[in-house]
Amino acid sequence: METRELTCIGCPMGCALSVEMEDGKVISVSGNTCQQGDIYARKEVTNPTRIVTSIVPVSGSKEEIMISVKTAHDIPKDKIFECMKDLKSVKVQAPVHIGDVVLENVAGTGVDVIATKEAL
Amino acid sequence: MKKVNVVIIGGGPAGLAAALSAKEAGETDILILERDTKLGGILNQCIHNGFGLHTFKEELTGPEYASRFIEKVKEQKIPYKLNTMVMDISSDKVVTAMNSKEGLFQIQAKAIILAMGCRERPRGALNIPGYRPAGIYSAGTAQKLVNIDGLMPGKEVVILGSGDIGLIMARRMTLEGAKVKVVAELMPYSGGLKRNIVQCLDDFGIPLKLSHTVVDIEGKERVEAVTIAEVKDGKPVPGTEERYTCDTLLLSCGLIPENELSNQAGIEISPITKGPKVNESLETTIDGVFACGNVLHVHDLVDFVSQEAKQAGKNAVKYLKDQEVKATKTIPIQTDNGVRYSVPFVVRPEDMDDLLTVRFRVGGVYKDHFISVYLDDERILHKPSKILAPGEMEQIILTKKKLMEVDPSTIRITLEDK
Repeated sequence: METRELTCIGCPMGCALSVEMEDGKVISVSGNTCQQGDIYARKEVTNPTRIVTSIVPVSGSKEEIMISVKTAHDIPKDKIFECMKDLKSVKVQAPVHIGDVVLENVAGTGVDVIATKEAL
Repeated sequence: MKKVNVVIIGGGPAGLAAALSAKEAGETDILILERDTKLGGILNQCIHNGFGLHTFKEELTGPEYASRFIEKVKEQKIPYKLNTMVMDISSDKVVTAMNSKEGLFQIQAKAIILAMGCRERPRGALNIPGYRPAGIYSAGTAQKLVNIDGLMPGKEVVILGSGDIGLIMARRMTLEGAKVKVVAELMPYSGGLKRNIVQCLDDFGIPLKLSHTVVDIEGKERVEAVTIAEVKDGKPVPGTEERYTCDTLLLSCGLIPENELSNQAGIEISPITKGPKVNESLETTIDGVFACGNVLHVHDLVDFVSQEAKQAGKNAVKYLKDQEVKATKTIPIQTDNGVRYSVPFVVRPEDMDDLLTVRFRVGGVYKDHFISVYLDDERILHKPSKILAPGEMEQIILTKKKLMEVDPSTIRITLEDK
């Protein structure tokens, strides 16, 4: 039996959650005051994911030196730094529009990185 | 002198939403004045996601949220001037501005919407001892350097203040390869959203030290180390000092509405919000001058800035069309027992819409309390809340029907423990 301690992000209460696990499966969640905490805890201990946002350099734009980017969907939390490493080698050429793919299949996650800023 | 019906000062989220709403209400003679090189305000440097959940039902990044409004402003052909600094607003609504193309110029406005936003509390206002070396930045300045200019302010970082921008920058600097050693917060609770504490600090193992502050900054040319200590009853506790070697100190110690122009115009400012005292129409103490967004009071969520600005834009047009009832009665909203302030400050029931959103903040952390609203002695709302915290803006809705019916001399928003 393994116990994981988490802070719920569902609301400002920030309940201290305690998750009991066995063989990677959730046995019980305690410390939550509502259902939201239970759902969050189960997802967070079995498959934590995050959207990663960063910037990449853009050339040929009058206004921008860098454009902001994000993973089109959330990616596994343990892939965050690999994602950042992959982005280090990305350079884009203007014009870039919001939603343009700047890097496909980042860190082997199957998720693309897309532009969140326009550079003309 | 050039004449414009509605002049909007600031092209950030508040200014953009106010302009669109004024246009929608039928006004065609609008001008947005923006000092930066582009529209969108601070959203342009907030590249993280989490914006727009209320407005668009999806999580956008700052630039994406801004672009939704900028596109509409362009579609609607609403005029705007960039790189233009407003120098003065007079009480009779003459706006004095300047830019490098036109030099100094004046505009006689019929209505003005203040949407200048806010500014970070600087080191000078924090009374931190120590030298004044390079390497001390407000969190927002660091955010601009990293996200807009692609420059890293430093490699080893200590952050003072747990406001949302500081938390967001702790993650951002970490992702870019810096080592964020600690976040110190003077208060016994964080001023930031729970979500940011978990996803920006806990995810990366960055410690948050509550009731701690910076007691020394070392380094003459560049920051070399920062010492933090525990704080009790407003004083550092001897023996609790911890020294962190670092080259950068970021400050995330609160935001202050930027009201120099409002002051010059003679608009009455609240000592609590540091923003204009407005009525139900978001109109300041000068007729025809409205305020919205962070210049009025600092918000946590841009969605609420957009909502508030929409009201200001609509009300400015109502003023121009002379549709305001010449109200005979003004009711003050009093706040007490933990409720620090409300926006608006006064209500003229005859001039309000059927429903009025009143936003407020509490001054401490309150668990299992009730938000109560009294019209004179009659309690008209008694809403339980599991938790109320200074970092989260609250709101209640007043109805015109009830106010006209009861005709109270005061409205009171308070917290009750039962």
